[in-house]
Amino acid sequence: MTTTIEAAYDDVLTRYQPVFGLETHVELGTASKMFCGCSTEFGADPNTHTCPVCLGMPGALPVVNAAAIEYTIRIGLALNCSIASWCRFARKNYFYPDMPKNYQISQYDEPLCGEGYLDVEVHGQTFRVGIERVHLEEDTGKNTHVGGATGRIHGADYSLVDFNRAGIPLVEIVTKPVAGTGALAPEVARAYVAELRDILRTLGVSDVKMEQGSLRCDVNTSLSPVGSSQWGTRTETKNVNSLRSVERAMRSEMIRQAAILDAGGRIKQETRHFQETTGQTRSGRSKEEATDYRYFPEPDLVPVAPDADWVAEIRAALPELPAARRSRLRSELGLSADELQSLVNAGAVDAFAETVAAGAPAAEARNWWLGYLAQLANAREVEVSALAITPAQVAKVIELVAAGTLSTALGRQVIDAVLESGTDVEQVIADRGLAVVSDTSALTQAADAAIAANPDVADKVRGGKLPAVGVLVGSVMKATRGQADAATVRTILLERLGVSEPAG
Amino acid sequence: MTDLTRLNAAETAATIASGEASAVEVTQAHLDRIGAVDEKVHAFLHVDTEGALKAAKAVDDKRAAGEKLGPLAGVPLALKDIFTTKGVPTTVGSKILDGWIPPYDATLTTRLRNAGIVILGKTNMDEFAMGSSTENSAYQVTRNPWDLTRVPGGSSGGSSAAVAARQAPLAIGTDTGGSIRQPAAVTGIVGHKPTYGAVSRYGLIAFSSSLDQAGPFGRTVEDTALLHQVLAGHDPLDSTSIPTPGPDVVTAAREGARADLSGVRIGIVRELTGAGGGYQEGVLASFRQAVAVLESLGAEIVEVSCPHFDYALAAYYLIAPSECSSNLARFDAVRYGLRVGDDGSHSLEEVMSLTREQGFGAEVKRRIMIGTYALSSGYYDAYYGQAQKVRTLIAGDFTAAFGQADVLISPTSPFVAFEIGERVADPMAMYVNDLCTLPASLAGTPAISVPCGLSTEAGPALPVGLQIMAPTMADDRCYRVGAAFEAAYLAANGPILAGVPRLGSVGAATDGATR
Repeated sequence: MTTTIEAAYDDVLTRYQPVFGLETHVELGTASKMFCGCSTEFGADPNTHTCPVCLGMPGALPVVNAAAIEYTIRIGLALNCSIASWCRFARKNYFYPDMPKNYQISQYDEPLCGEGYLDVEVHGQTFRVGIERVHLEEDTGKNTHVGGATGRIHGADYSLVDFNRAGIPLVEIVTKPVAGTGALAPEVARAYVAELRDILRTLGVSDVKMEQGSLRCDVNTSLSPVGSSQWGTRTETKNVNSLRSVERAMRSEMIRQAAILDAGGRIKQETRHFQETTGQTRSGRSKEEATDYRYFPEPDLVPVAPDADWVAEIRAALPELPAARRSRLRSELGLSADELQSLVNAGAVDAFAETVAAGAPAAEARNWWLGYLAQLANAREVEVSALAITPAQVAKVIELVAAGTLSTALGRQVIDAVLESGTDVEQVIADRGLAVVSDTSALTQAADAAIAANPDVADKVRGGKLPAVGVLVGSVMKATRGQADAATVRTILLERLGVSEPAG
Repeated sequence: MTDLTRLNAAETAATIASGEASAVEVTQAHLDRIGAVDEKVHAFLHVDTEGALKAAKAVDDKRAAGEKLGPLAGVPLALKDIFTTKGVPTTVGSKILDGWIPPYDATLTTRLRNAGIVILGKTNMDEFAMGSSTENSAYQVTRNPWDLTRVPGGSSGGSSAAVAARQAPLAIGTDTGGSIRQPAAVTGIVGHKPTYGAVSRYGLIAFSSSLDQAGPFGRTVEDTALLHQVLAGHDPLDSTSIPTPGPDVVTAAREGARADLSGVRIGIVRELTGAGGGYQEGVLASFRQAVAVLESLGAEIVEVSCPHFDYALAAYYLIAPSECSSNLARFDAVRYGLRVGDDGSHSLEEVMSLTREQGFGAEVKRRIMIGTYALSSGYYDAYYGQAQKVRTLIAGDFTAAFGQADVLISPTSPFVAFEIGERVADPMAMYVNDLCTLPASLAGTPAISVPCGLSTEAGPALPVGLQIMAPTMADDRCYRVGAAFEAAYLAANGPILAGVPRLGSVGAATDGATR
């Protein structure tokens, strides 16, 4: 299956060149909503975080959340954008039951942040993604359509609306069209979203949880014949809610469009929806019959005019951004570009760096985060950074393993126990008796018992078949519930059997 | 005992403060008056007897406890049904909000309550404040107390009629293109549209956000100023609310009452003097007399020209409908108000559509359609964009004119109160009522209407209003000049409301208020 897709994809690129663009919506992590004082906390009972303003009650008026403006300026500055000295909100008018006012307060021709760019790296190659604009708007409520086959509004028996999300500040980051990335287009798109996510996290403006919808992508894709200077008709794919999906959605959309073009057809400019299960896109509403949004400046809000001194203050207070941090870490920790890239791909750069800062050797820290911890994260389908263990705890485990207090196997058990219990490393070791048994007399007794229980194996070892000692080691380890250091056990066994380790 | 409904607001407050009458007695007297005459006037959509008496009792308790009372504590007031009142029905004159009980108070409502003002009830209005006669109300037609066959102006016609009919000494209106000033003029009372942003719009159900402004009605300029002082002030819940304190309008009104206007330059706006026809002669005659009175008080009269005022009507009827088309989109049957067709056989879109079709009246629909068209892609620049430019030019005209004069004057409306039904079939005939009031609305500048005479041109003696316009945040000038004129008028003619015919079974031969 995979190889078929790969082959189809490679085939597409022999005839077509892709141009893509991304619109990314990010829910800001402000304490209160964009235009009222309601909480933005996720997961509350439906319609409990609401007030006359975010319910669009008659007479209610919006007031701009200053923190949201500051967060957006931070994003703009991190993306090398110009910051408007004066701009307005605008009303985007359309009827939909999740929109309390039946217009969304957004920005139209006067975004808060203008042109900028973001450099991303794929396979050692740097691509510059142009930023068109960054603007601020309010999120809508959330509909649940009950009954009916599709889960969509048409055919549903009834619909439920939760306005807790209505009015949460939403930043839209729009790229310029990105051309010239060839076969790497889907990977560049993914790398852009990953880099953007890391920047947003570093800036502290959003928790960027894609699975909770706090970061959502629309992917615009078009194809044109290789060598053509004119771009093809684009489609917009919505519902792309993970990094992997960004790449998959664009890839499958390129293959779909190529098939139509190959057959002499025309691409319809439309909105499509990405299906996680199939990896395909499905036609949504047609852009050609799209609503006329009748934008006009929001008369309920005075213009936003960020003071130049304030913008300078925000700029001065920006944290070290991921790219700068990565190049610093590389030189400070002596990582190769590939080593660093693997940490970036795993989303483990911060965890790694903090583990090193907590005293762990870089090589060990990297092994744990990319090895056992990455496995655990994979099994749980979460980001490695979302595991309920701190870099300091990981550093402690590394330290104890190095000191011989824990074996590697025990270290893993300690990590499992920390994740499971939420208590600290020392506590877990004490509670579960997980420390290495270093009492030689106890180990000697266990070794003798193992020899006595396996006379045949003991004879083989005595007869020079050294590898057979593994069976005895296993037996001792079992008897000590894994709490012994395997190397020590081996030494003791050989000693009790009167066999010496061959030199070299 | 004095008829408590004949006192003006300042006198009422003094009567309560001195203990001559309790706030409950004052409130009861007005509730009785409403009971006696509202079946003829139809000013109120909802009378909140219980809430009013409770508020009055609270004032009496406060007084009994020796607490200091505000300058209008215990004074009854009629509130336009466009402001949200927690627990009290609010309809904005529309069927679409029939039965809606707001869960929150407008900032203006809160300020009234905090001042100890007793809200008697909610007054009738043109649906969503769209109209100049209150005939566009979905509920009832309010009558002008001067002649029950005529309109009380609009859109705040319930409030103006209530004050003229002595149902309340004070009332609140909103003015988008003249909806305080024109009803004040045609009912013989005082009405002021403050500087845009002086009074919070939070809880004022929006018609046109960039034009809507709440303001006071009273029977005297001083009463109106006292109420203005209660309403005005910064509100963090309204982004367009002016953060700096406004002028002291009460002091200005009291200074003005000395009737000395020496050193004050008053500009007659050439474009608002009916040179091109269309103004009633009786209105123009009263206006000319008013100019002579002002001059006799020592004012210097100059003529100014504001050429772009001629485009005010056209600009207004693009901007206001555009904003209303968006503001009224929220009335969709999903969260509150009317819901039509939710019987399982209609889709959500159909329910929305049926509800709006049945819930909105003809004028509201007309304006939603005009506004929707004007904002459409491809037409925006030609309509909404151009209208905003005209607005800038009109503001520029004001700035230039205020270089030559301290205040500008004009008739408030080209017409006196017209017959019910006379203009309903012709929107343009209705729209021209606001010819003189639209420029200040578009510029966001303050303007007051004070009674300046009676015209018998249309038959019975009907009041004419004088409009006094001032620069942004100089509302005090409106009150000062208005009070000076009022003092001179009173000295020469006595209280104008004495001319209101008898409405109820009690009272003198004429039923109007005396001071």
